[in-house]
Amino acid sequence: MDNTVVSTETKGKTWGGGNQPLKASYGKMMMWFFIVSDALTFSGFLAAYGFSRFKFIDAWPIADEVFTHIPFYHEPAPMIYVAFMTFVLIMSSVTMVLAVDAGHELKKAKVTFYMFLTIIGGLIFVGSQAWEWATFIKGDYGAIQTKGGNILQFGEYVEKDGEQVFKRVALKDFAIAAEHTDRTQHERKNGIWFMSEGSLPSYTVEEVLHGLEANTDILVRTQLINEEGEKTVLSRSESVKQIKDNGKLVVEGANLHVNEYGTPLFADFFFFITGFHGFHVFSGVVINIIIFFNVIIGTYERRKNYEMVEKVGLYWHFVDLVWVFVFTFFYLV
Amino acid sequence: MADHAHKLEILRGLIKFKSNTQKIWGVLILLSIITTVEVVLGIMKPDWGRTPFLSMKLINWIFIILTIVKAYYITWDFMHMRDETKALRRMVVWTAVFLICYLIYILLQEGGYVFDVYDREYIKRDF
Repeated sequence: MDNTVVSTETKGKTWGGGNQPLKASYGKMMMWFFIVSDALTFSGFLAAYGFSRFKFIDAWPIADEVFTHIPFYHEPAPMIYVAFMTFVLIMSSVTMVLAVDAGHELKKAKVTFYMFLTIIGGLIFVGSQAWEWATFIKGDYGAIQTKGGNILQFGEYVEKDGEQVFKRVALKDFAIAAEHTDRTQHERKNGIWFMSEGSLPSYTVEEVLHGLEANTDILVRTQLINEEGEKTVLSRSESVKQIKDNGKLVVEGANLHVNEYGTPLFADFFFFITGFHGFHVFSGVVINIIIFFNVIIGTYERRKNYEMVEKVGLYWHFVDLVWVFVFTFFYLV
Repeated sequence: MADHAHKLEILRGLIKFKSNTQKIWGVLILLSIITTVEVVLGIMKPDWGRTPFLSMKLINWIFIILTIVKAYYITWDFMHMRDETKALRRMVVWTAVFLICYLIYILLQEGGYVFDVYDREYIKRDF
């Protein structure tokens, strides 16, 4: 008899409800599980990026040569701006965790202040991302795409600190524009209403070829990466031959179809992954703003509980966490 | 979580902080140092970094390890994983880590295989 009574009591304790083995509220636990699923989505994208990269391991664009821009500064400076963006995001993570901490102590003014800083950090980050996209889409040197879909870039050897370095040359610096052959872009208003075309490149392949033949210093660089981890530069005769035989399309900048920096897949993944992350940051900012106003009007003050700040904080930190990986796989590795 | 205290040690008790706020700034400094190291290595591109190691360049392994270290501190200290129960921690971390490792292994293996096919077999994609 005794045994039965004892086991019933244990049963009541374990299964009777009111038990919190994880010592976390429902909302916080669900935020964690959402984060797990979102992390799996992002790793799916990054793993797909890795797949494509391993598939074209000998011809992938070198990130240091792609993202070299800083606003209002015109010398190429790889990594610096994206390092700044990373720092902004980590900093906004810090202000977020300070807001959570102030929330635990029920200090409304401090929570408000730190939430405000977090939102500003998020906006700076999204703005930088937009600027980075704009620069990438615009491109800087221009290139020729071959029949096989490869990218041929141009440059010349210059003396720098006693060493011969390969310096990229933009199409506009050497291409010879032919007279009387200007073709205007076909828009819907000019011809058949359902037919139009994308914006035309500034030069045709023939004009670039003429420019190349006239400037004997300029060489062609292929996508292939050599032993030193640099792109292969062709000899002068091979350069002219490649453009003459295989040149098909002038590419300026990057979009979902072509990419002057190398394989179009690079641009596709860049737009998709940083875009998806940027969308997360944007929604994070929106959620932060909602919570910020809730803090101001005193919702959590009346509840005597700032857990809501903690929950959006988890989301915000997750966005930072993803960026750490995107930063590594797009800009460093 | 106002009722129970934060764990204030990082690096297995090597550094102990007096308050949670102090710990946050400490972790920020740590993360900044790691990021700076990454950026400096990324700009300098040292020659030894190109040594192949486990089918990748050595420097890429360094970047990945530093990234995981950063991810650990963001999750453990900013997201307060350090203060959660062991069960919640394992539910979140082990699930994600297992599935992600599995996915990455399959896809990278396959990517390398496809590269070999183009490289060695009689299939051309560039005409």
